[in-house]
Amino acid sequence: MKSSELTVPSVTATYPPMGWRGSTNGWVARLAASIVVSLALGGCITVNAPEEPIVIELNVNIRQEVIYRLAKDAGNTIEENEDIF
Amino acid sequence: MGEAMKQMTRPVLYAAAAAAMALTGFASPAFAQRDPAYAAARNAGQIGEKMDGYLGIVVAETEALRRIVNDINIKRRAVYSEKAQAASATLEEYAFAAGCQAIAKTAPGERYQVPDGSWQTRGAGAPLRDPRCP
Repeated sequence: MKSSELTVPSVTATYPPMGWRGSTNGWVARLAASIVVSLALGGCITVNAPEEPIVIELNVNIRQEVIYRLAKDAGNTIEENEDIF
Repeated sequence: MGEAMKQMTRPVLYAAAAAAMALTGFASPAFAQRDPAYAAARNAGQIGEKMDGYLGIVVAETEALRRIVNDINIKRRAVYSEKAQAASATLEEYAFAAGCQAIAKTAPGERYQVPDGSWQTRGAGAPLRDPRCP
């Protein structure tokens, strides 16, 4: 009788508070983390995406790049064929 | 004695072969001048350089001018075609790149086509070329 009264309350008295303390800390940390993440995401979303058609610009760049690449070759061709230039 | 002779003659043979190759190599490309009729029409501003890499007639067309321009443009096209294939580019791309260079090389007084399509006389300064020209 005496032993059962001592062991049962002692277990219930020590175990639950530790579990509670641990779980509350986890909740606070998760809440804080989710707030930080949501704030950071909110900051990212405000950046505007370009609305201009990028494809057309790329086409122009590729063509110009090709002409730049061929410039020296074409210059040599003109010098080698002076009679027709 | 025989070995020594072999070693002496071999470099001489190589040198002779190299000299022969160099001679034929230098002899083959003919740096011919412009045909007198073409040179005269070009200097007179009757024929001009177009942006697409070919010649164009600037003044009222005549049979003689058309013959000169067609003859040279056919030859240019053959050269462009060959060089474009070697440079893995299209005929139009190569011709345009050559047009950029040909307009840049025009002498003052010669005619060339500007980006709006009209004919201009080359002055002392840089010619007006397509913004894509290097």
